[in-house]
Amino acid sequence: MAVSVRLERRGNLPLAQRILVLTLAVVLGAVAGGVLVQATGYSALTAAGAILEGSFGGSYPISQTLAAAIPLATIALGTAVAFRVQLWNIGGEGQFYMGAFGATGVELIGGPAGWPAVVLLPAMLLAGFIAGAAWALLPAWLRAWHGVNEIITTLMLNYVAVLWVNYLVYGPWKDPAGRNFPFSPRFPDNATFARIGDGQLHVGLIVPVLAAAILVFVLARTRWGYELRVVGENADAARYAGINVRSTMLTAMLVSGGMAGVAGMVQLSGIIHLLNGQLSANYGYTAIIIAWLARLHPVAVLIVGVLFGALVNGGYAVSQEGIPQALGAVLQGTILFFVLGIGDFFTRYRLRIISAPLASAASSSTS
Amino acid sequence: MVGIDKAFPGVVANLGVDFAARWGEVHALLGENGAGKTTLMSILAGLYRPDAGEISIDGESVAFHAPRDAIRHGVGMVYQHYRLVASQTVAENLLLGLPGVPFRLNAGKFIRQATELGQRYHLRIDPSRPVWQLSVGEQQRVEILKTLQRGAKILILDEPTAVLTPQESEDLMRTLRQIAAEGRTVIFISHKLEEVRSVADRVTVLRGGSVVANGLAIGALSTRDMARLMVGDDMPSTRLNEQRVASTQPRLVLDDVSALNARGLTALKRIHLEVGVGEILGIAGVAGNGQHELAQVVAGLRFPTHGQVRLDGRDVTGVGARSMTRRGVAHIPEDRMGEGLVGNLPLADNAVLKSYDRPPIAWGPFLILQRVLQFAQLLLERFNIRGARPDSATRLLSGGQLQRFLLAREMALNPRVIVAVHPTRGLDVAATQQVQEWLVRARDTSASVLLISEDLDEVMQLSDRIAVLYEGEIVGTMPAAGANREQLGLMMAGAHHAAVGVA
Repeated sequence: MAVSVRLERRGNLPLAQRILVLTLAVVLGAVAGGVLVQATGYSALTAAGAILEGSFGGSYPISQTLAAAIPLATIALGTAVAFRVQLWNIGGEGQFYMGAFGATGVELIGGPAGWPAVVLLPAMLLAGFIAGAAWALLPAWLRAWHGVNEIITTLMLNYVAVLWVNYLVYGPWKDPAGRNFPFSPRFPDNATFARIGDGQLHVGLIVPVLAAAILVFVLARTRWGYELRVVGENADAARYAGINVRSTMLTAMLVSGGMAGVAGMVQLSGIIHLLNGQLSANYGYTAIIIAWLARLHPVAVLIVGVLFGALVNGGYAVSQEGIPQALGAVLQGTILFFVLGIGDFFTRYRLRIISAPLASAASSSTS
Repeated sequence: MVGIDKAFPGVVANLGVDFAARWGEVHALLGENGAGKTTLMSILAGLYRPDAGEISIDGESVAFHAPRDAIRHGVGMVYQHYRLVASQTVAENLLLGLPGVPFRLNAGKFIRQATELGQRYHLRIDPSRPVWQLSVGEQQRVEILKTLQRGAKILILDEPTAVLTPQESEDLMRTLRQIAAEGRTVIFISHKLEEVRSVADRVTVLRGGSVVANGLAIGALSTRDMARLMVGDDMPSTRLNEQRVASTQPRLVLDDVSALNARGLTALKRIHLEVGVGEILGIAGVAGNGQHELAQVVAGLRFPTHGQVRLDGRDVTGVGARSMTRRGVAHIPEDRMGEGLVGNLPLADNAVLKSYDRPPIAWGPFLILQRVLQFAQLLLERFNIRGARPDSATRLLSGGQLQRFLLAREMALNPRVIVAVHPTRGLDVAATQQVQEWLVRARDTSASVLLISEDLDEVMQLSDRIAVLYEGEIVGTMPAAGANREQLGLMMAGAHHAAVGVA
């Protein structure tokens, strides 16, 4: 008898089991991280308590967690749209910056001019969407018409976008009254979202929630959503059905970039209230992980987005307990590693241990 | 090889096959697609193991467990799909897997060796060029060199000329003669009669997995004899439909149409075809002679480089697949899972693949989910597909169910033209019968059917007229009633270029 271990793709796991596996992965990751924390001489339990306390322990932590989740979830919603047609848009970061740039451009006109908020904020939102979409247009066109790998182009354009915003805040858009700091002038009240509660949470929270609801509807109940599904699963069948695969790819990519741009606008009007060169703590990259873990489903993106917001805030809380912040990052890292590397893996595949008679094992090795 | 049996799940590929080749000869193995030629030779080359039977070389019984066992006994095969590393040079590919290559490569020596070998057999090739730069014909030369360098005394080639230009084919024939002249054996799988005639000493013919002619000398056979052996001379089986007189009213016309294949080579050469109202036109031919491109042109998936496609007298050249669908052209593609259906989506989504974009399924940019489900349910019921629901995952259906479902969807378009490519391939008897009945019934309600099939029996049973496609040209058109297998076989194998009968 020969025994072989084979990897098999699973069918769709029932939701309850999927949640169970992921929860288990989080716990295992926390335990593994805890061992590391303990090994460096700090109390793992204190750290764990701090993370929980700092992310969900009361109205202030919860509001901070939700505030952190807004940009993550908004970008990830867009990332998920591109991923659905197998376009690997890694450019969320750059599209986020360009969205912030577009929104600021409108703000610079309408803010000091005293446009009412009900006009200015939607205009900024639209500008954010257009700027983010425009930043995705070039990679989308290169990919759909010329087969250029979009992973490379979107990634490269991230650096261009960050440098462009830096150029603006060091140069033409620098606040003359800002004592030479590389910031744009502060947004007036008509260009900012109202705060909710005692933390950083703001009414921009409705943006990802509304966007997710629209996406759920669009994906399931429109021709475009149907085309996305078919193109994503089988481009040959899409062509056979007369679907224009190129334009479907292009529009998916534009929506994807546009959502990241919207996230940039929301972050400026909601939290930062000015344009600077450090808008994002790698939100665009984290969004990729969120979209993937959420299996590209909009509602799941919201939930996973909140969990990631919690991880971010938990990291801050750890440092307040006298434990080095780097260890907080280590904990985040191990949890992520287990969730992605193990939890996600086992929801997609299973190991089968097969014992086979020697003969058939030999013959399968010849083919 | 004596008494070779080999079965794959669901198919018997070889049954009691005896085969013998001599040293110093070119031996042709002739047969239609699916006659079991490649399987038999893959057994000889050690890729498959026979279920029964025995192989001996020079009177000594051998058993191969893997291709390298066969190589050790001097048997090497050049497959239809080359096994080369595209990013490496010719010399590096020749080295790959060669026994006795030292860890420190002496590349110069191997390059010299390869060049010498190439010169000896007229296999001109520059060893320092990377494989991806080579043409298909050159890659084939590398494969042959590779096999020879491993010491093959018995060289097997699987349809080597299928991918070659006429000039390259001629060069290859010369090389094969040279190899045989040195006392080696060349076994040559083909279904082209003329080239078998020009290069082989003897021929073995397989039909339906069994030998019908064992090692006959080529000189004793006419081309006609070979064609008859290959396709059989039994009477055409009972026709499934009553013969129709071709309608005078053409519905689909291909006028002087040329088209390229996916590799950018000419696949259709200025063909002229007409399919009448209420007529089934069968396209006979060995796979790879332009059938795929022909179906794509009619379905609007491939644009002709020359000529015109007309539907009911209107020019529809280059209008695209969606427009063709709306004009009533249904398409049953050869690869039902790869092209006709989306395996990972539920049946409901697949049901509306051709109709999601317009009422009643769509309302403006929106889909009416309820109608999608109703439509899927309707297809399942009307075409009697049991055990499946609109939300079932499509990939879980059996082959027969999939084809029924696909056909149901296409029939629901009330098509005026149906392009059916290998519509019964891989189906069991019941499903085959049902699919064929549907096609005939559609014809009876005045649809025009373009039936492309590699199963000659099917073409003869279903068609009203038959056209033969060979190397991208229509080499003849005839009423199905008067057609005989021998004549068709000759034309399919390229031995007969004159059009027969009235088009």
